[in-house]
Amino acid sequence: MKIGTPKEIAEGEARVAMTPASARDLQKLGFTCCIESGAGDKAGFSDAAYEEAGVEIVKTAAALWKSADIIAKVRQPSETELKRLTKAKTLISFFNPGGNEEGLELAKSKGATVIAMEMVPRISRAQKMDALSSMANIAGYRAVMEAGNNFDRFFTGQITAAGKVPPAKVLVVGAGVAGLAAIGTSTSLGAVTYAFDVRPEVAEQVESMGAEFVYLDFEEELQDGAASGGYAAVSSPEFREAQLAKFRELAPEMDIVITTALIPNREAPKLWLADMVASMKRGSVIVDLAAERGGNVEGTVKDEKIVTENGVTIVGYTDFPSRMAAQSSTLYATNIRHMMTDLTPEKDGQVVHNMDDDVIRGSTVTHAGEITFPPPPPKIQAIAAQKKAEAPKELTAEEKRAAEVAAFKQQTKNQVTLLVVGAALLLAVGLVAPASFMQHFIVFVLAVFVGFQVIWNVSHSLHTPLMAVTNAISSIIILGALMQIGSGSWLVILLASLSVFMAGINIFGGFLVTRRMLAMFQKS
Amino acid sequence: MDFGFTTAAYVVAAVLFILSLGGLSGQESAKRAVWYGISAMGLAVFATLIGPGSGLWLLSLVLIGAGGAIGYMLASKVEMTQMPELVAGMHALVGLAAVLVGFNAHIELGRVLAMDEGARKTLEGFAALLAKKDSVEINILRVEVFLGVFIGAVTFTGSVIAYGKLSGKVSSAATKLPGGHMLNIAAAAVSLICLFIYLGSGGFLPLLVMTLAALFIGYHLIMGIGGADMPVVVSMLNSYSGWAAAAIGFSLGNDLLIVIGALVGSSGAILSYIMCKAMNRSFVSVILGGFGGTKGPAMEVEGEQVAIDAEGVASALDEADSIIIIPGYGMAVAQAQANVAELTRRLRAKGKTVRFAIHPVAGRLPGHMNVLLAEAKVPYDIVMEMDEINEDFPETDVAIVIGSNDIVNPAAQEDPNSPIAGMPVLECWKAKQVFVSKRGQGTGYSGIENPLFFKENTRMFYGDAKQSLGSLLNLID
Repeated sequence: MKIGTPKEIAEGEARVAMTPASARDLQKLGFTCCIESGAGDKAGFSDAAYEEAGVEIVKTAAALWKSADIIAKVRQPSETELKRLTKAKTLISFFNPGGNEEGLELAKSKGATVIAMEMVPRISRAQKMDALSSMANIAGYRAVMEAGNNFDRFFTGQITAAGKVPPAKVLVVGAGVAGLAAIGTSTSLGAVTYAFDVRPEVAEQVESMGAEFVYLDFEEELQDGAASGGYAAVSSPEFREAQLAKFRELAPEMDIVITTALIPNREAPKLWLADMVASMKRGSVIVDLAAERGGNVEGTVKDEKIVTENGVTIVGYTDFPSRMAAQSSTLYATNIRHMMTDLTPEKDGQVVHNMDDDVIRGSTVTHAGEITFPPPPPKIQAIAAQKKAEAPKELTAEEKRAAEVAAFKQQTKNQVTLLVVGAALLLAVGLVAPASFMQHFIVFVLAVFVGFQVIWNVSHSLHTPLMAVTNAISSIIILGALMQIGSGSWLVILLASLSVFMAGINIFGGFLVTRRMLAMFQKS
Repeated sequence: MDFGFTTAAYVVAAVLFILSLGGLSGQESAKRAVWYGISAMGLAVFATLIGPGSGLWLLSLVLIGAGGAIGYMLASKVEMTQMPELVAGMHALVGLAAVLVGFNAHIELGRVLAMDEGARKTLEGFAALLAKKDSVEINILRVEVFLGVFIGAVTFTGSVIAYGKLSGKVSSAATKLPGGHMLNIAAAAVSLICLFIYLGSGGFLPLLVMTLAALFIGYHLIMGIGGADMPVVVSMLNSYSGWAAAAIGFSLGNDLLIVIGALVGSSGAILSYIMCKAMNRSFVSVILGGFGGTKGPAMEVEGEQVAIDAEGVASALDEADSIIIIPGYGMAVAQAQANVAELTRRLRAKGKTVRFAIHPVAGRLPGHMNVLLAEAKVPYDIVMEMDEINEDFPETDVAIVIGSNDIVNPAAQEDPNSPIAGMPVLECWKAKQVFVSKRGQGTGYSGIENPLFFKENTRMFYGDAKQSLGSLLNLID
């Protein structure tokens, strides 16, 4: 089958869904690749580079949509683009299925299959195709760069001959993938970084990146990130109040604020209100990564950079990944390539759309003339699974004592029963067996008893030597053979000799091996 | 020399044997304990040779000497990793010896019974002992001989098969003939019938038929048990060889044989019990072979096995402060213990805490790992038992799993449907990072998928354990 990538038509979009490298990998899966002329230009991939990778260059978008069986692109497709779909075609792209009903309807009416990259479930196996994460990673990095660009001081604190420079203080709100990437970038530039998230379980991740987690003085049932597929969910009004109060307290100190708080399929929550912006120092910078969904900051203007009256810059760009098109195209194309790998289990260039597969089912939004969005919850829990371990019940002193007494009684009971049964059996044997047998039998029982007492004390690490030594001494059977070897019958002598011989091997072998082993045990 | 001296010597020998087993409670006293065992054996053989009833002592000495030479050669050149085979092989010898001695007792009995009153008076030694028995005692004697031969025969073929499985000469998978345990039951029933015929007739034929049946039981029973259960099998056979000796001791009226047989028998029984407990399985289910039926579908294992190379492991080890190494049978197979020990030495020289966690059933013999590590000169005070170390994993930076699988399988705790559910396991996944040195992506002996390999803090260090640890050593100075 043929995979094609058209030029992105959205304004300012520089990314491309196929790179020469990903095209080479796709061809290994048995696909042929084509690309619209000039599609990779803005991301730094020339037509010549594609041609060299064996990609067919198609002059127009129309021809490309017509010839390719699978279309891989980045941005949500326009109406014109969707109209070009047919029954046999598959589209892989960001689709925003939650807010794009017309798109879904249109794709359904065309009978095409649409795989929405933002719907890839957040499970370990699907991480390699999680385009939201790979784009968020870039956005987080770029957010810090944009902030630095608009911030006229150092990130790192310095003491120079020309005076002391305090380090910049950065607050990252929302410690998802973008947030963590921002934290990492910011700390590595030397800023003092704080981070906040509604899911306290990410505190550890935040701290591992070198930032300080901002805790709220608030008691609430923990949000279980696993229940909502690894994403944050809406919090209670009380919690929100506590959160805002904390931000209000932090606002005057912060030089840079990066907000990344998003809740799936909802408007972005307003977390940084106008009064907080107003209380910030002149020259501070806010980067609102949620601007596309209305922004976390009051006063954010989508796709623009504004400066407030008190000199705070608010960056509301929504195209951070596109601003690093070469990097983001490479990652996105790799995500697509992994998706194709899962779709072609035989590596023969034939797509098998297995709707029983959690990942494929989850990301498919239209298939075979049906809208398959929203998908059923995946069978597997998201990565963020973190359950509070049930604390073992503390026993009170009385309960402990009672348990001990009960255990002791049970033990006594068991022991007495065993003894009584053993004694009864012994007596029963004694009733019928002759005295000569009983003598030996008593010796036997006592020996078993001694054996049990002695062996329990053998240390675990010496079990192999124990076996070797018991093996050696079980050749005590040689005594029997020795007693018989003096018999008159040649057959008996022969058999006894054989036994003596074998037991001899065992005695020497067993003891020697034991000694060899024991000599090796050394203290440090 | 008269009978009193022999008995006295036997008492001394018995005490020494008990001390010898008791001395194994500690590494240092164990070294003394072996000498007790050796002198006890020497004393017992000496006393028997000069005691009543034995003759041809020159032949005996020559035979002991010849056997001893072979035993010496075997024991000096055996590799520590082959210890399970050696032990199993030696059990076979004891079993066979018991069968032969039992046959002898039968033959002597027949000979003595055939004699008239006058001839009996002239007998001495073992035959004289037989001659004094009345008819009830003779029946008891027959039961004893029968039992001794039966247990000996089971031990013999069982040990031969165990030896084959451990040395890889027989496939270690659990295989059963069609009919399964019914065949064993039938063979046991045949043996029981033979016992009654034997008691009635005293002929050799029932004894022989029973021996064949017992040989079959030993073969078939152990064939049906998989490789991972071998620690239980070997200790069970150890126990049997003891009981066989005890039964023969009864038939020969020799108290020392009875005492030592009982000691060895109970020792093996306790070991089997400890092993079974460590696998959370009943003795019966191990003996009947195969893992018990699962109660439902196993938990889906989700995620990916992520591989890592030697550089990655080396840098993680470099940063770690506390490290726990979990060796398993794979380390023995790959002969990697020397590299493991060298790694330990280098890490310890850098001031890191390195310890070993040993699961009771790691390897193919109880205590197998301890012996291998000791051979490689790992100090025994950093080698810990499961119960001693399991709680320390959460504070551990790196856990390295070398060639073990089921004993670190979290499914035992997390998946109630897993065949190994409830088995105590080493909770290595609680460490900050886990490296698993493993040959490939296959499952362990039990054939169960191991979710540990898919955990997020687990990295798979593929390759032959010896080579991969060797390449790791080059990166750690």
